[in-house]
Amino acid sequence: MARSAVSVNPVPVIAGLLVAGLTLGPVAAVIWRGAAWSALAPGDWHAIRFTLVQAVISAGLSVLFAVPVARALARRQFVGRGALVALLGAPFILPVIVAVLGLLAVFGQSGLVNTALRAMDLPEVTIYGLHGVVIAHVFFNLPLAVRMILQGWLAIPAERFRLAASMDLAGAQMFRVLELPMLGRIAPGAFAVIFVVCLSSFAIALTLGGGPKATTVELAIYQAMRFDFDLARASVLAVIQLGLALVAGLIALQVSTGAGFGAGQDRVVLRWDGGGFARIMDMVWIALVALFLLTPLLMVVLRGLPGLLTLGPSVWQAAGHSVLVALCSTLLCLIWALPLATRGGELLGIAGIAVSPLVLGTGLFLILRPYVNPLDHALVVTGVVNALISLPFALRILRPEADAVRRDYGRLGAALGLSGCAWARWVLVPRLRRPLGFAGGLTVALSMGDLGVIALFADPDHATLPLKVYELMGAYRMEGAAGAALLLLLLSLGLFWLFDRGGRVDAVA
Amino acid sequence: MLWLDGIRVVEGDFTLSADMALRPGERIAVIGPSGAGKSTLLDVIAGFRAPQAGRVQWDGHDLTSVVPGKRPVGMLFQDNNLFPHLSVERNLALALRPGGGRLSEADHDHMALALHSVGLRGMGSRRPGALSGGQHSRAALARVLVQDRPVLLLDEPFAALGPALKVEMLDLVTQVAGAAKALVVLVTHDPADARRFAERVVLVADGVAFAPMDTTELFANPPEALRDYLG
Repeated sequence: MARSAVSVNPVPVIAGLLVAGLTLGPVAAVIWRGAAWSALAPGDWHAIRFTLVQAVISAGLSVLFAVPVARALARRQFVGRGALVALLGAPFILPVIVAVLGLLAVFGQSGLVNTALRAMDLPEVTIYGLHGVVIAHVFFNLPLAVRMILQGWLAIPAERFRLAASMDLAGAQMFRVLELPMLGRIAPGAFAVIFVVCLSSFAIALTLGGGPKATTVELAIYQAMRFDFDLARASVLAVIQLGLALVAGLIALQVSTGAGFGAGQDRVVLRWDGGGFARIMDMVWIALVALFLLTPLLMVVLRGLPGLLTLGPSVWQAAGHSVLVALCSTLLCLIWALPLATRGGELLGIAGIAVSPLVLGTGLFLILRPYVNPLDHALVVTGVVNALISLPFALRILRPEADAVRRDYGRLGAALGLSGCAWARWVLVPRLRRPLGFAGGLTVALSMGDLGVIALFADPDHATLPLKVYELMGAYRMEGAAGAALLLLLLSLGLFWLFDRGGRVDAVA
Repeated sequence: MLWLDGIRVVEGDFTLSADMALRPGERIAVIGPSGAGKSTLLDVIAGFRAPQAGRVQWDGHDLTSVVPGKRPVGMLFQDNNLFPHLSVERNLALALRPGGGRLSEADHDHMALALHSVGLRGMGSRRPGALSGGQHSRAALARVLVQDRPVLLLDEPFAALGPALKVEMLDLVTQVAGAAKALVVLVTHDPADARRFAERVVLVADGVAFAPMDTTELFANPPEALRDYLG
């Protein structure tokens, strides 16, 4: 166009620059500081190898187990199927530390599994180390893999199955002709996405890993900062983590088919195969996955109830910090997301996925240190980083709807000459209430459960609830930890529900 | 006077050129085959599309680089003329105060008068979804009335209405635009609309928006492009 008659709004530009600055600034800081490769300790190479190995195993097992489960969910109809599919979305908003406590109650030293093994005089299993990290990663990512593969299964046209049935294809033939090609398309993408997630997982490695044999790069950053106060080494590790995540992220973008954490489709394809033995196996897989996902949660509730009544004042103080930080970072995230809910903004937000919280935290630490004591501002830094980390998810939810609002009403708004404020207040926000509520719910839950940057920065006076649970665990006060974990679970799910609900009540279509 | 001076729009294979002057207070119909550029012509006047060449002038002021909301132009689109989640009154209030400021007593009177003149007295608190198709069109018309702009562009806003309702709406537009002494430009694909409504007709065909011609003369003695369109 020769002369555009459409004005440029400065707000998205400012919001975008802030996000870019807060992401690239810390990255630049760690790269600047991390140029000294000699700072690496010998154990750090081991940490890199462990990070890759655990991510490969975790992603592999998640996808492997997801195939029979998704297949069973795709072709069986049973009471509670909808609830189970919904449950598969829950790990996304489940605080890691809560899940870890639940897994400890099942697989830990005095957990259900080992109690049973002892009773049968069988050797016990240990949840600490590689085992535990992998079990926890599978717990969190198996549901994601199931949802992605289930979508692939449901995307196979029903007519194909009808044709296969009329040709009387045997089960194995049907699998080869219809289902294997689909898995060949979907599974590599699911593997790559989960690999990236496991690569930057910190809280699980912190609680179940540790020691020279089970340290991830993220955990090594934390240890270099907290225990050795070796900023140079922390920066080199942060650069390595950044490189790993970036390469893996680019590969994942290449092989993933865009089937992200979409809404689980609650549809059963009518099929005529899989009677008899296959039917029994399907039900066994469904029962196993339900048991694997539900037992730890149930244990958190059972073990937490007694402790819930005897929570000390420091736990309540930490809970107050958590709620405050979560609400502030949610507000910040949504304020950022509104002007950035465009194509360009979404691309910018993706940068936040590649940069892990620990890398951001290290960078912010380096930037702030000359001016203030970063430890005094642990809660502020945590809030800002949580908002940045949640931004890609918020944008993913908001962008399609925001595009629709602009497409439908942009011309009317322009014809009226609505100011940016009036447009946001009277059109954009009211029309986006539902996705805003959902995005806010996800952000508030993610932020409530965060155990990343806060561990890097906080002292006991500025602890959040997840950190408090971790401290109680470290002090072997398991009853207190279980009670605080249950409180954390209730607060996270409650806040998610409030936000999501708030977007729906009285919403006008 | 609204001047379209050497306007030229090019997009791929599509071209549209326009040179014309439209007088304040007159009623113009724009007709022609679909895809010829009727809506494009309106978009150029309203500022939704910047021409590759030429200028749009109103009373000697160059509008070419003015944003749509600042032009002396009110526009009714084919759809989405009201925000569905806001009451009719709130829609009108936004049209009056696009910056979102507070409404004065006079503003409320202005809105009530507009609703009255389109026959929707007392319906301001309803949401557009609670109105019938005809009432919806009337509310949209009230919206451009409170904007009080000297040029009114109508891009087939009544196409979804039945024949009787459409005639009723066109007569209502004639009446309220006459009272406001506004220049009205109506895009339509129905020659009967043009005959009923317009004093002059702009024919858009073969990449050209021809200068307006007297309606009766034009239909009595149609040029070839119009004969092709009418069939």
